[in-house]
Amino acid sequence: MNFLDFEKPIAELEAKIEELRHLSNSDQINIAEEINRLQTKVDRLLRATYAKLTPWQKTQVARHPDRPHFSDYVARLIAEFTPLAGDRAFGDDPAIIGGLGRFRGRSVMVIGHEKGHDTDSRVRHNFGMARPEGYRKARRLMEMADRFGIPVLTLVDTAGAYPGVDAEARGQAEAIARSIEACLDLRVPILASIIGEGGSGGAIAIAAADCVLMLEHSIYSVISPEGCASILWRNGDSTKDAAEALRLTAQDLHKLGAIDEIVPEPLGGAHHNPTAQIDSLGEYIERNLAELLPRDGGVLRARRREKFLAIGKNGLG
Amino acid sequence: MSWLTNFVRPKIQSLVRPREVPENLWDKCPQCGNMIYRRDLEKSLYVCPHCGHHLRLPAKNRLAMLFDEGKHQRIELPKTPVDPLRFRDSKRYTDRLKEAQAKSGEQDALIVAHGRIGGVAAVVAVFDFDFMGGSMGMAVGDGLIAAAELAVLQEAALIVVPASGGARMQEGVLSLMQLARTTVAVDKVKERRLPYVVLLTDPTTGGVSASFAMLGDIHIAEPGAQIGFAGTRVIETTIREKLPDGFQRAEYLLEHGMVDMVVPRAQLRDTLARILGILRHRGPAGEVLSLVPQTGAADAEPGH
Repeated sequence: MNFLDFEKPIAELEAKIEELRHLSNSDQINIAEEINRLQTKVDRLLRATYAKLTPWQKTQVARHPDRPHFSDYVARLIAEFTPLAGDRAFGDDPAIIGGLGRFRGRSVMVIGHEKGHDTDSRVRHNFGMARPEGYRKARRLMEMADRFGIPVLTLVDTAGAYPGVDAEARGQAEAIARSIEACLDLRVPILASIIGEGGSGGAIAIAAADCVLMLEHSIYSVISPEGCASILWRNGDSTKDAAEALRLTAQDLHKLGAIDEIVPEPLGGAHHNPTAQIDSLGEYIERNLAELLPRDGGVLRARRREKFLAIGKNGLG
Repeated sequence: MSWLTNFVRPKIQSLVRPREVPENLWDKCPQCGNMIYRRDLEKSLYVCPHCGHHLRLPAKNRLAMLFDEGKHQRIELPKTPVDPLRFRDSKRYTDRLKEAQAKSGEQDALIVAHGRIGGVAAVVAVFDFDFMGGSMGMAVGDGLIAAAELAVLQEAALIVVPASGGARMQEGVLSLMQLARTTVAVDKVKERRLPYVVLLTDPTTGGVSASFAMLGDIHIAEPGAQIGFAGTRVIETTIREKLPDGFQRAEYLLEHGMVDMVVPRAQLRDTLARILGILRHRGPAGEVLSLVPQTGAADAEPGH
């Protein structure tokens, strides 16, 4: 397990527990008691720390390398997953994965950013930063889902669209714009879940949805705290201030009306108990999908468009 | 509200104010470095007479230039909640807004007007780059929605002229939401089969390029305009790649298939008028569509 800087006291206790566990071969009863005592302390500390994470700490949790990613969710929630590759114009972008499958028995199209889990896969998926081909694939799959009356589930987890020469040459801006347009044009339900980082245009490209769910410690923002600090504060030391000012936490975004529902995370964040997190997101998706499915396609589309037009009318309330 | 009070009078006032005379009489071309007499610059639509470089054209001059005889009517834009996030960096966002408003005399970075272009009814929404870099927040989004709704109401063409660094950071995720909101807005116009033309000017980047600005029926770019998603500095620092010559310039986008044409400012109005005319005035239906031979025409035809 990787520990974040503010989790240091927790990490130290966990290390102590681990040490005691190795000793407990010598079957002394008071070691077990000591382990229990420390475990309670760890839980209390985790609860206290995670109850009042600052926006910058949440940013670190949202980017945690052990946080469950797209492929983890798909492996546990989607049966018969059949990935579909390519934008039919230039190439396939592994930073966005998409495909057909079954969610709780129902056919779905699943699309999302994949960041990768080790050096090799991170490089292969370009750390979840998509090129135009990724967004064009997303659009193609959304249009296909629309034709077959299959709902679309998206999982958002990206620092942002890839800022490279090749991406610009092939029309990154246009690809994102068309992908947003495709989301807003669907006559089937589209449900987006922000599972980690929701980085700017690269995120909303697949998140202009009927229902936007967001994990408790995820972030969603127009710019990264680092980028904002370097532009507005003109230094890199104000990252924490920028994270604060941007209101990028699920709690603030819910108040602003930019997301629809917050999905709680297990004690210590999604990375402390990935399976519990994946299962609980599954419940939230199922409930919201059940609500959207009976609606007429035209009504869904009109309602989605009106929803976005109405966002932001009330400020932080 | 007219061209006279909005544009001519302040211009005259700025010219007669003695303290500012030295700065206002001459401008330096950022491209070739030559000095340009201000009145020449205005006559040439802010195109450098020495090298042809297209300087940024103030929003009001843009409106005057696009409409028939410069005649147009500004529309009042909806009031928008100010500073929804209570954002503050080294300065309060509300203070930055007030400064920009005082400097420009406008409420925000978008101006909307309607009138005729080549006789065709048109609604034009122009970004004011001088207003916080033309950045797009709630007010700009609302302005574009109002412009699109007016175009639908008047069965007019919608022309948008972006000049923007992208989304307005000080409005956080709400500025990001404008990507979806403005997409819905321009789609309303397109659904009604009314022309939606984007006139891409320097610069069109970030969230503005990644939404309505790349969704036009026709994309016309001004020569040399920077158009792209990521800023050049961001690309250079994060990727450590050397950027090719002319990268993200209008001509580069033309070469890469992202715009229909690059048109010098002097020919812009006529080009736009021609396109709108062809799209909107499709000629007498009988002459174009009739497949039935006209009486007498067959007899006159020899040899059949």
